[in-house]
Amino acid sequence: MPDRTKNNNRVGLLVTCLVDLFRPNVGFAAVKLIEQAGFEVDVPSAQTCCGQPAYNSGDAKSAAAVARHVIRTFENYDYVVAPSGSCIGMIKEHYPRLFESDFDLKTKAEDLAQRTYELTTFLVQVCKLKVNTTFNATVTYHDSCAGLRELGVKNQPRMLLSQVEGLKLNEMEDSEVCCGFGGTFCVKYPDISERMVSEKTNNIKKAKADFILGGDLGCLLNIAGRIKRESGETQVFHVAEVLAGMVTIPAIGEKSE
Amino acid sequence: MNLENRSAARFKQQAASALKDNNLKTALAKAKDGFVLKRLHAVEDLDEFEAIRAEARKIKDHALSHLDFYLEEFERKVKENGGHVHWAQTPEQACALVMDIVGTEAKQVLKGKSMVSEEMGLNAALEAKGHTVVETDLGEYIIQLAHEPPSHIIAPAVHKTRDQISDLFHGEHPKYGLNERLTEVPDLVNEARQVLREKFLNSDVGITGANFLIAETGSTVIVTNEGNGDLSQILPKVHIVTASIEKVVPTLNDTATLLRLLGRSATGQEMSSYTTFSTGPKRANDHDGPEEFHVVLLDNGRSKVLGSEFQDILRCIKCGACLNHCPVYGAIGGHAYGWVYSGPMGSVLTPLIIGLENSYDLPNACSLNGRCAKVCPMSIPLPDLLRQHRFKAFQRGLTDSRTKLGLKAWAYLVTRPKLYSGLTSLAAKALALLGGSRGVLRKAPLASGWTSVRDLPVPQGQTFQQQWKKASE
Ligand code: SF4
Repeated sequence: MPDRTKNNNRVGLLVTCLVDLFRPNVGFAAVKLIEQAGFEVDVPSAQTCCGQPAYNSGDAKSAAAVARHVIRTFENYDYVVAPSGSCIGMIKEHYPRLFESDFDLKTKAEDLAQRTYELTTFLVQVCKLKVNTTFNATVTYHDSCAGLRELGVKNQPRMLLSQVEGLKLNEMEDSEVCCGFGGTFCVKYPDISERMVSEKTNNIKKAKADFILGGDLGCLLNIAGRIKRESGETQVFHVAEVLAGMVTIPAIGEKSE
Repeated sequence: MNLENRSAARFKQQAASALKDNNLKTALAKAKDGFVLKRLHAVEDLDEFEAIRAEARKIKDHALSHLDFYLEEFERKVKENGGHVHWAQTPEQACALVMDIVGTEAKQVLKGKSMVSEEMGLNAALEAKGHTVVETDLGEYIIQLAHEPPSHIIAPAVHKTRDQISDLFHGEHPKYGLNERLTEVPDLVNEARQVLREKFLNSDVGITGANFLIAETGSTVIVTNEGNGDLSQILPKVHIVTASIEKVVPTLNDTATLLRLLGRSATGQEMSSYTTFSTGPKRANDHDGPEEFHVVLLDNGRSKVLGSEFQDILRCIKCGACLNHCPVYGAIGGHAYGWVYSGPMGSVLTPLIIGLENSYDLPNACSLNGRCAKVCPMSIPLPDLLRQHRFKAFQRGLTDSRTKLGLKAWAYLVTRPKLYSGLTSLAAKALALLGGSRGVLRKAPLASGWTSVRDLPVPQGQTFQQQWKKASE
């Protein structure tokens, strides 16, 4: 892969549509962490969404249109990073498949795929980041499905969290089982999703942690929303917010004073 | 759930009623933990599991790409051994063929577990003609007493709690002089054995399924844990095997490879307790065996799947691992799927057999979490195949109009960044205002699917892009 910039250190951040709308703090945490490691971060303003809603609803044509837009938007970065396993899984695993009959675009999609990283993976593998923060709390961790199974995100967040001063990780039972989010699945089949997410919140409760962390905002919104509906206590943060020491705002779905 | 007229088209209602069934919840929770852990240990204990998995995939892919050849070989061998092979395109044809062989004389028919016979609706057909059908697999026996279809490909009565089984036996068995209500598993198993043993000895025909058909030897293979399969086919005069066409594998050796995956993936056993090979009728010097041996081969749409983007599903060896690891199956059980097969493999296969228009929800009711594909011993990319069905449904205009409209609007917006950021800024602000300092919304416009079961965390107020722009100015 040719270096796209002189220092080969320019990162395009894919904020993701959910972080952009619901939780900008996660985006800023990602910027802070990547910059800490000495990389230059840019957030192209033309970005919107990665296309999963269309792709997983069967609309391959719209998904391909969005994929083309993303490919163009992130053409000139050495690395593309997002604080989400499912968006990165979409780019790395599925974009190339969208262009089976278009050699040029397929090549571009493959090129994008190989310089694209899920945030914690990027921080561990490429940045070799030394985490420098304190969080005096007991946390538990939910392994989001696409990150775990499409990208092998499992140890990366744990390695990073183990460097956080004061943090204790209590693993929950079935941390690898789906929380019932599944994108449009959770609104199309709310009652099935409800059973899945309440099993998740039950396991979270049993883990006796003050915080539940994860790497995908979709799952975290789902889990936080369900905890609130059940009047639960556990607070929800994206792992990036903790690693960057940016936990001063209320947790996801939490009241502000 | 009304099992009489359940159908794949009524998936949503059936799932809803399954979710309200507390017995089902208890039964499924119990089963899940057992299956998942046992499989994990069995797989971890076999260093070469991945290598065998790769080999198995090759075996099945090869067999599928020469399916006609191996099926004909199989037929030739069965005939050489003195047996008969019958071909059926449709379940009705298969049913008629079996009824012909059974004839009118036979009173009692023994059955080993066969999902293909479920496709055929065989029990009902036999009973309509006055035959008594005795299911000999313990799980099948239980659901026969309950007048229910199987809810799992390897554990047909997995939806029943032990209490429910006690009640069923206590209701049925006094007529054999067994009056005590038993509650312990070994006692229940023994009692069923006692009742069934009598029937084994007095039956005219035995019908079993097949896990594999071996082209090299003309054998059919079944695995069981109760030995009921052996007895069902050795004791009666006539043995009929019902099987679908993709079950054929080239050699005995290939079968051994697949068997190493099957038990481990299904129940976490290295091997099932009994693996029974049936090769033709009883020969002159054999001590036992049936006088007639028939194999009824059913296509039921599978030959059309060959060469299509769905071919991978025909590698399935019906181990049930994908069901056991599916959180949707774990929530609703098998009956809600509305047809013979359930869970991930069912949601791929059912639309191919009965039509996507009759089973639209099956491939959609999945979070695409991918756990099934990770445990499938045959490396079937189940989530990809479910997504393929969604592509087809969209192309064929089966997608509901609300989703279609939503997608259209969404696609328009996300390819127009300026418009998109304007609207998201508005939405972020509006939702934050609605939420005030509460942090969540109990109800939100256009989001009832979300808020019916969970609160909606409210946005921080300004989008990332807004804040980023401000910060960089
Ligand atoms: S799809 Fe795979 S895991 Fe599921 S039953 Fe078939 S072989 Fe087993």
